[in-house]
Amino acid sequence: MVTKADVLNWLKHYANVIDEQKEYLTQLDAAIGDADHGINMQRGFEAVMAQLPTVEDKDIGTILKKVGMVLVSTVGGAGGPLYGTLFMRMGMAVGNKEALSPEDVVKMFQAALEGVKQRGKAEPGDKTMVDALTPAVEALRKAVEAGEDLHTAMEKATAAAEEGVKATIPLVARRGRASYLGERSAGHQDPGATSSYLLFKSATEVWNHADA
Amino acid sequence: MKKLINKPEDVVKEELEGIALAHPDLVKVHISPHYIVRADAPVKGKVALVSGGGSGHEPLHGGYVGMGMLDAACPGEVFTSPTPDQIYEATKAVSGGAGVLHIVKNYSGDVMNFEMAAEMAQSEGIEVATVITNDDVAVEDSLYTQGRRGVGVTVFVEKIAGAAAEAGLPLAKVAEIAKRVNENGRSMGMALTSCTVPVAGKPTFDIGDDEMEIGIGIHGEPGRTRMKIKPADEIVDMMAEAILEDLPFKSGDRVIAMVNGMGGTPLIELYIVYRRLAQICEAKGIKIERNLIGNYITSLEMAGTSITLLRVDDELLKFWDAPVKTAALRWGV
Repeated sequence: MVTKADVLNWLKHYANVIDEQKEYLTQLDAAIGDADHGINMQRGFEAVMAQLPTVEDKDIGTILKKVGMVLVSTVGGAGGPLYGTLFMRMGMAVGNKEALSPEDVVKMFQAALEGVKQRGKAEPGDKTMVDALTPAVEALRKAVEAGEDLHTAMEKATAAAEEGVKATIPLVARRGRASYLGERSAGHQDPGATSSYLLFKSATEVWNHADA
Repeated sequence: MKKLINKPEDVVKEELEGIALAHPDLVKVHISPHYIVRADAPVKGKVALVSGGGSGHEPLHGGYVGMGMLDAACPGEVFTSPTPDQIYEATKAVSGGAGVLHIVKNYSGDVMNFEMAAEMAQSEGIEVATVITNDDVAVEDSLYTQGRRGVGVTVFVEKIAGAAAEAGLPLAKVAEIAKRVNENGRSMGMALTSCTVPVAGKPTFDIGDDEMEIGIGIHGEPGRTRMKIKPADEIVDMMAEAILEDLPFKSGDRVIAMVNGMGGTPLIELYIVYRRLAQICEAKGIKIERNLIGNYITSLEMAGTSITLLRVDDELLKFWDAPVKTAALRWGV
């Protein structure tokens, strides 16, 4: 089971990872966007960390929805609505639970992916977050359905997300600001896909205890 | 960077404080989160108009809040879209029970943030319709990209839909008129110099002393082509041709013409631009019914201009002429 403490640890770990990687994410964005993805995500998760104590004693759904609301009001640009939607849909999917089964985790990430696709009107191959999230969610679902333990399933999801990120490099962007560059966007790794991959990677690193 | 500011991070907040002090008869300014509403909001029984976007385009949108135009404007940071909580709070503050129209320029961030705010307001029982402006002919339209940028026609949408709302028309009708304005408007911009976002501290792009960028956006985004500067008449010829053939505008059409300054171009030059534009329209048999010349949708201190033509009929013209009382547009009152 993924406990509420696991979820909180994941959020804190992801906030640290974003802080460490903000220059890298911003550099990726500078090549094909407006050079603010890392800065915006860092500002958003700093605000999340400040607000987290106000909901730590609530259920997992409330915590995740709160994260989404904070991101929506602090990140700005396109990342705010996309990551805000991702966390809000995860919160709605898990509801008032205090712990999550592997099946709950699959449903949670599926809801996140659907939310992002809907909000950004993006499909796989458009060179967006969806290109990391889609293979990750699919790998997670398959592994859980095959009866693998959650940590192993998350490792597979993370590996699939990483492959998805690499696969964005040759793509020509069809959504978001990079799409204005047309062919010139090819040859660059997508920053949104990268921060989405880090979301799976950080969860996998934290959800590593025996029963997870 | 040389700017008349205190601290780069305080630019938007201090501008809003200035607006509040300058126009207490017209607007109320809310600081946390940032939004501007007309002084008598909410107007009961009237469709409310809410727009917003990054700051740096003044007087768009805050300068257009008031009787006959916007009920609320949501300024984001410079060139950064406002956030859903801002738009949601502004929507609630102006909702007078007849629904709210969101007017959104077509940038992915703006579209998504307004969409989320609309969902939040709708979940509380406020009816929200949205019109997206996308009139910039410089960016080629494509099924696979974000599509054209929203620029000058946004001013026309806000004025004309604002008058329609003031006249008591219902939300569906006000939204239909707003869409009609967008569909009949086309714009093109050009820049002589770059602009500097205060927190960035350096110019958004480099451009030579003898160069110009044709088809510039309102955030310094690249346009169609970079070339050596030419006489004003030749520049206007290029811009007008792109606009006229796009709709296309035809002989016998009636239009409202806007020659807009990007922020760093003096009025003397804008009239030289208008002179040529009027000559072209006359030669093509297009009648300019009304005109607007000045700084209406800017890009900080960028030097340059944009031209917007809006094809009108009697109804749109009637709403254009209707009284308006805002900080930046005022007539008939």
